[in-house]
Amino acid sequence: MVPFLGFEFGNPASLHRGGEVPRRAIETARELVAALINARPGEVVFESSASEANNHAVKGLALSRMDKGRHIIISAIEHASVLEPARSLERLGFEVTRLPVDREGRVGPDTLAAAIRPDTILVSVMHANYEVGVIQDIAALAQVAHEHKALFHSDGTAAVGRVPIDVVGLGVDAYSFPAQSIYGPKGAAALFVKRGVRPVSLIEGGFQENNRRAGTENVAAIAGFGAAARVAGSELETWSADLARLSRRVVAELPRRLDHVVLTGPAAGRLPGHASFCVEFVEGEAMLLSLDDEGIAAASGSSCTARTLKASHVLLALGLPHALAQSSLVLTLGWESTDAEVDYFLDKLPPIVQRLREMSPLYARHLRGEDPYATRPGETCDNEHTHEEEN
Amino acid sequence: MYSERVMEHFRNPHNVGEIENPDGVGEVGNPVCGDMMTFYVKVENGVLVDVKFKTFGCGAAIAVSSMVSDMAKGKTIEEALKITNADVAAELGGLPPNKLHCSNLGADALHAAIRNYLARREETK
Repeated sequence: MVPFLGFEFGNPASLHRGGEVPRRAIETARELVAALINARPGEVVFESSASEANNHAVKGLALSRMDKGRHIIISAIEHASVLEPARSLERLGFEVTRLPVDREGRVGPDTLAAAIRPDTILVSVMHANYEVGVIQDIAALAQVAHEHKALFHSDGTAAVGRVPIDVVGLGVDAYSFPAQSIYGPKGAAALFVKRGVRPVSLIEGGFQENNRRAGTENVAAIAGFGAAARVAGSELETWSADLARLSRRVVAELPRRLDHVVLTGPAAGRLPGHASFCVEFVEGEAMLLSLDDEGIAAASGSSCTARTLKASHVLLALGLPHALAQSSLVLTLGWESTDAEVDYFLDKLPPIVQRLREMSPLYARHLRGEDPYATRPGETCDNEHTHEEEN
Repeated sequence: MYSERVMEHFRNPHNVGEIENPDGVGEVGNPVCGDMMTFYVKVENGVLVDVKFKTFGCGAAIAVSSMVSDMAKGKTIEEALKITNADVAAELGGLPPNKLHCSNLGADALHAAIRNYLARREETK
């Protein structure tokens, strides 16, 4: 990857020799990335980010089929880069159905079958959810879509690098994921597009990527993506097993060390390396700041960490009450994570939570035997108000 | 993201707790919004001799509560009622724009506790 940041500065589109090495680097990367997901090299389109790939899939596929219908189905727990394009399509006259999920975050194939219509042209459901660790039965969902002649796209950002991906077995028409899912560099992502499927290009004006995405390629990032795919291809089975074992430990052991901890997402069959909870009576960001002081990087879907100042739409879709959604904690393990690090986390979190609970009026209410989440009648959230004003 | 001053108050907040038999209690925000503050005040001869708080909220909310309690302690009621949200944010070395609502809650909670004290005094007159 590094040569393409320096002396190999040729444009892959150039006919002269300077373009030859970068051009070959891109095609090698394409073969490696395709091999990782059991696709043909020609089915991989390089883009700048998974957000771009999701935009391309949702808008590009919908626009390519608008003569056949104007109905799209997505799940309620998609990433913003699927939710927002769907909303844009609504403004253009498309109709969007957002499928509900069960308490563990699963989209039922029956739920999809009930929502699908003769004018449904596209279904998009993410493979795994980054916030609650649920893995969807993509093969079953894609089958329902195909039985009704709709295309099926899946956002694989959270799944790639954690579970083996076989786009043929999954039966998807499009699948997006970024290089960083497999420890590749930022600035490169892949959109798998099944042979014969032609999403409308979002970036026009060049023949790059077989006319599917114009613009000079980010050669260095794509080369790095290829190298990362090569490593992931050979190591994934080991990673996946190790990650699953470590996150199972967190899921099983944290509730034993700390009371009033609610697991979010499924209890079994979770995304390897993913653990997520609501830690009652404390706010998510306060936990993250304290964990950061101990060298532990975690995430939360509380409104204070989400820049929108609203509780996570994913947690609310699972049916969690607003107040509990403010207490969310998401832990993601990586391929270098160890049992010692899991122990360290399990030792550090309880005193942090205890300290925050001691200053929490909700905990005080709980200790007095009152309803900690009672609100005064007619009360609204000032912060949501702030959010509206910011828009 | 936060100033060092905010982090100091978050890590070691001052005046955390409840006052037994307080002269005034004020509660603002609610758990649904992700921020809730309860302030307790003890008043002698028109002076806030003790201020304590409990807060459920983000780092900024906790730091703001701590700073408001520091600023109010030892002040007369009139002085304490003049503490503005902007004063609190300034004392903390500024807050990120999306956290300003937390500083608004801080002074509001203090003022609610003082108003509660004033209302109670009216009743006992």
